[in-house]
Amino acid sequence: MKKNNGLGQSTIVFKNKPRIESYYSMVGKKEGQGTFKKYFDCILNDDLCGQKSFEVAEREILERTILGALDKNNVDLSDIDFMIGGDLLNQIISSSFSARHFETPFIGLYGACSTMCESIAIGAALVDGGYAKKTICATVSHFAAAERQYRTPLELGNQRPPVSQWTVTGSGCTILSNTNRGHYVSMATFGKVTDYGVTDANNMGAAMAPAASETLAEHFKDTGTCPDDYDLIVTGDLGKLGSEILRDLMEHRGYKLGTNYCDCGQMIFSRNQRTFQGGSGAGCSASVLNSYILKQMDAGVYKKVLFMATGALLSTVSTQQGETIPCIAHAIVIERGEENADDIS
Amino acid sequence: MNKEERNKRYLAYVSAKSPKTEVWPSLFFAFIIGGLICCFGQAVSDTLANWFPYMTETELGAWTLVVIIFITCILTGVGLFDDIARFAGAGTIVPITGFANSICSSAMEFRREGIIFGMCAKMFTVAGPVIVFGIISSIIIGVVYLFL
Repeated sequence: MKKNNGLGQSTIVFKNKPRIESYYSMVGKKEGQGTFKKYFDCILNDDLCGQKSFEVAEREILERTILGALDKNNVDLSDIDFMIGGDLLNQIISSSFSARHFETPFIGLYGACSTMCESIAIGAALVDGGYAKKTICATVSHFAAAERQYRTPLELGNQRPPVSQWTVTGSGCTILSNTNRGHYVSMATFGKVTDYGVTDANNMGAAMAPAASETLAEHFKDTGTCPDDYDLIVTGDLGKLGSEILRDLMEHRGYKLGTNYCDCGQMIFSRNQRTFQGGSGAGCSASVLNSYILKQMDAGVYKKVLFMATGALLSTVSTQQGETIPCIAHAIVIERGEENADDIS
Repeated sequence: MNKEERNKRYLAYVSAKSPKTEVWPSLFFAFIIGGLICCFGQAVSDTLANWFPYMTETELGAWTLVVIIFITCILTGVGLFDDIARFAGAGTIVPITGFANSICSSAMEFRREGIIFGMCAKMFTVAGPVIVFGIISSIIIGVVYLFL
């Protein structure tokens, strides 16, 4: 059966141009000293955010980010039809606990670090289909909360392996709406769960790169585009090693990624911050998208961006039982909307 | 190409491409810092022997461990130990400092989940295997010793 708004197997096209009405990003202290310090809307001084635990702090960061996005462009909470989001903690407690305060229909997602892209893709589909006027799409992650869930106690004196990445303390929120101003989401490609047999939970870049290449190749095939058609192709948190692997895998598939390709995880920390392969976590791609990338689009530096976030769908139990790591990647295309342009849907 | 073959090739490619821990710097820092900890332990032992001349060797060893464990826990508590351990690696893990840090850090980490089911229950999440193997090997050695 042919899909109404589909291209190929995995890509959907949003004909009504769901717009990005507002966006906001908030990061922790370490991220605030990184490459994008000038672009984040808010940088926290205290990773505990004045709360009693890191889990509560993560929730607080998400709530403040959503409120920040609402305030930034004076969006009224009562106009929001859906809140869509997720995080890395078990049972996505940060998102669902935060959703208590907003009294908005809530769609909780888990796509590990790919959640930001997944939430925008679903939010855009709801707005595009006329099922919602405005949606909040937000994700969060916290270094300390993720570390204690997935790895070892914070103060344990162990050495991080050189392939490891640093979970970003940060959050990003994008508000999509059916207005006719602002940048718009034109397409979304949903990824397939891909597993190339990597078992090392420290080497996330290597585990996720095949999923990224799968989705990217699928997107180019479905849409008939090539890497050069985009001003920027940006992946979520493959890190330095993972993005080098992605370049190799894509070349193997016949697509050469040029200088327009970069990775949020690789860029978010500066070199002297000792994070080895760079940042990771649901908040990594979320905070970079909702700061640097969208602000550069505002400035007109980028007109068409392919944003793809990758996620490793493992749990501590699966890792301990020696299972391989299934991964996923979702991609969306964001195009620059000229100011005051009429909606020509 | 079937999936197994593909995965095998990919894993070989990944392991060739992934950066490895630099052996010589790691060994150097482990040797220097581990050595310094041992020298410090000897200094503590000698000082104690000086202060309390009636102490036996075994008692001296026990009190030295108490001092080092105490200092490690203080350093872990103020958040300095993991910074030292990042350079030292095995230099801080192999002496009693590693064991003390693993218990202290776990106790701190799970304090927020309550005293009984948090701190007390999860204090040994990292150090548990060390205790288990320690007890088992001491039993085996004890049995062997019995028949010698």
